[in-house]
Amino acid sequence: MISIKNLHTSVEETEILKGIDLEVKPGEVHAIMGPNGSGKSTLANVLAGREEYEVTAGSVEFNGRNLLEMPAEERAREGLFLAFQYPVEIPGVSNANFLKAALNAIRQHRGEEAFDAMDFLTMVKERLQLVEMDQKFLQRAVNVGFSGGEKKRNEIFQMAVLEPQLGILDETDSGLDIDALKIVANGVNKLRNPQRSFIIVTHYQRLLDYIVPDFVHVLADGRIIKSGGKELALYLEKNGYDDLLNGNGKAAV
Amino acid sequence: MKNDSPKDRAVCDAFIRDFQNLEAQLNGQSSTPFHEKRVRAITTFAELGFPNMRQEKWKYTSIAPLLKEKFQLASAHKITEKALQPFLINGLEENRVVFVNGYFDKALSKYDMPPGVLIAGLDEAYHSHAALIDEHLGKYLQIDEQPFAALNTAFARDGILIHIPQNTVIEKPLHLLFISDVDERPFHSHPRNLIILEQGSQLSLVESHHTLSPDVYFNNFVTEIIVGPNAKLDHIKIQDESKAAYHFAATQAKVARDAVFNSTGIDLGGAILRNDINIEFTGENAEAQLLGFYYATGTQLMDNHTFIDHAVPHCNSNELFKGFLDDKSHGVFNGAVLVRPDAQKTNAFQQNQAILISKNATIDAKPELEIFADDVLCSHGATIGELQDDHLFYLRSRGIGEEMAKAMLHIAFANDIFERIKIDAVREKLEAEIIARFGG
Ligand SMILES: Nc1ncnc2c1ncn2[C@@H]1O[C@H](COP(=O)(O)OP(=O)(O)OP(=O)(O)O)[C@@H](O)[C@H]1O
Ligand SMILES: [Mg+2]
Repeated sequence: MISIKNLHTSVEETEILKGIDLEVKPGEVHAIMGPNGSGKSTLANVLAGREEYEVTAGSVEFNGRNLLEMPAEERAREGLFLAFQYPVEIPGVSNANFLKAALNAIRQHRGEEAFDAMDFLTMVKERLQLVEMDQKFLQRAVNVGFSGGEKKRNEIFQMAVLEPQLGILDETDSGLDIDALKIVANGVNKLRNPQRSFIIVTHYQRLLDYIVPDFVHVLADGRIIKSGGKELALYLEKNGYDDLLNGNGKAAV
Repeated sequence: MKNDSPKDRAVCDAFIRDFQNLEAQLNGQSSTPFHEKRVRAITTFAELGFPNMRQEKWKYTSIAPLLKEKFQLASAHKITEKALQPFLINGLEENRVVFVNGYFDKALSKYDMPPGVLIAGLDEAYHSHAALIDEHLGKYLQIDEQPFAALNTAFARDGILIHIPQNTVIEKPLHLLFISDVDERPFHSHPRNLIILEQGSQLSLVESHHTLSPDVYFNNFVTEIIVGPNAKLDHIKIQDESKAAYHFAATQAKVARDAVFNSTGIDLGGAILRNDINIEFTGENAEAQLLGFYYATGTQLMDNHTFIDHAVPHCNSNELFKGFLDDKSHGVFNGAVLVRPDAQKTNAFQQNQAILISKNATIDAKPELEIFADDVLCSHGATIGELQDDHLFYLRSRGIGEEMAKAMLHIAFANDIFERIKIDAVREKLEAEIIARFGG
């Protein structure tokens, strides 16, 4: 699915990712945990194609193609989806128009026919139920005036409509109460299948009780310093990152 | 003549010669009150000359490119029904009045109005309704300081005449089309519009300007509007002239007691565009909404000058202009609001927002609030910004191409204006137009 090799990334001359290696196979769920500022969102955004981040070394293959050469929209059309840590509010663009434009761009890329207004509405209504969102959200401007939880649910809703091959969730659980968390996790679980993979960035083991990962990685200071199975998350929950790190945040081993 | 450049004087002289030719053509009408106004106007124009950037109202707007062109006075011209098709609006096809190069085209116009309603070409109507025209024409617009309005009055001949009698409500919007089609040489044309709504009447007007070819020409409009007591006029003007054309338009509206005047301007075309929109409240409890949207590319210059005269108490004015400036385009906004000493309980609100899409685009924006009453609510604001990168990235990260994403964000920015266009077919056509032209 995705194969990240020795990825180095800088923002304004500061190196943030210092050699990331990560291999995600179809159907796998990988969790990435790590202290604040360690580079988790940077990794997610670089994969999604944000241009402020400069890739200084390394490679990323996505389904056998060079991901780093593609503009952001092409990555999305090829099946990559990022649920943002902080989804932006876009006044004046309705959720419905936005999603329809996105879905049809992706369908066209796949050689499928564009959805007309009716087909679109039918499919979208069904996906709304997945995240228990009301239909009135469709007519509202993208994320404008949404509560924190609604914004996160809207991300998962978009993912459900666009049906990516790889979903990257950047702290989709942060700030959610337990009910909202269950809704989000349930939505993701329904999208899980043997072809679809997920990278889930989180600070909390709690989410991983609901979305059980195949692998857990610890990202610190721009490197993956430890990888393991789901038990690693439980260990981190109990012991924190301290014994994996030395005093200045660098890897201890 | 105030203007001392010999070159500019030569240009003025060319227009004055054209005026003499017009007079020769008008021999039968040369003693009418209408023609007396023309003669006075050409004298005023000859004294004023064309404006220059040393004058306050033209500080940011150079008309030098206009003065370099050679124009001849437009004459009547035919276009085909087919050529008109792209400009028609769904549902309003049977409710249209067409002008070609400034002349009323009876054959292309179609409309059906209740008895007593007068909708006609000004030139033709002067035979049957001279008294009405003489009473109103030129009464509201002051030409002494407005050379373009003086020039229009001098050449005024045809245009739209609308007279809606008392308590008559016209349900269906009327579409006015001004089509330009250059034959051989660039023309100058001076349509003169007179719109009179008597007490308690209502009208919705969609005025649109188009060209059949990307040529140079000079359209110089004057529109005088009287909204009578308790009457309501909705006026949308869509200006999509040739990118090489010059479009000057002065609008003078008098809004009476309890009346409502809603004006929406959408500007897309023109090498140089200048709108002068003046609204004068003449009775209490009247309301005006003045909306503007402009989208300039290339080296287009788009200049909106507005003036709202709160002469009486208890009136509301609400003004919002939004613009996009791309490439090397230049925007000018000057919003003057005068609240006279008697005009207590005035509400006047003004906003001007521009987005500079390119680093080479510029905007000069100036609010001019003069408030002489103390119990009023007035505000103004101006913002100049850029499209937000994180908005663009969000759309692209969902698979929407860059051009399309930009177009969507542009529409979103313009949405404050567009959502207030109540005629769905007009709004949808405009949105599609903007997406097609500037987006994917
Ligand atoms: N656009 C940017 N410009 C400058 N510095 C940045 C930018 N984006 C990220 N950084 C810096 O890069 C480092 C990594 O940030 P990042 O957001 O990737 O961390 P994170 O692991 O997602 O943290 P958190 O858990 O708090 O979300 C931080 O020091 C941050 O300040
Ligand atoms: Mg983060």
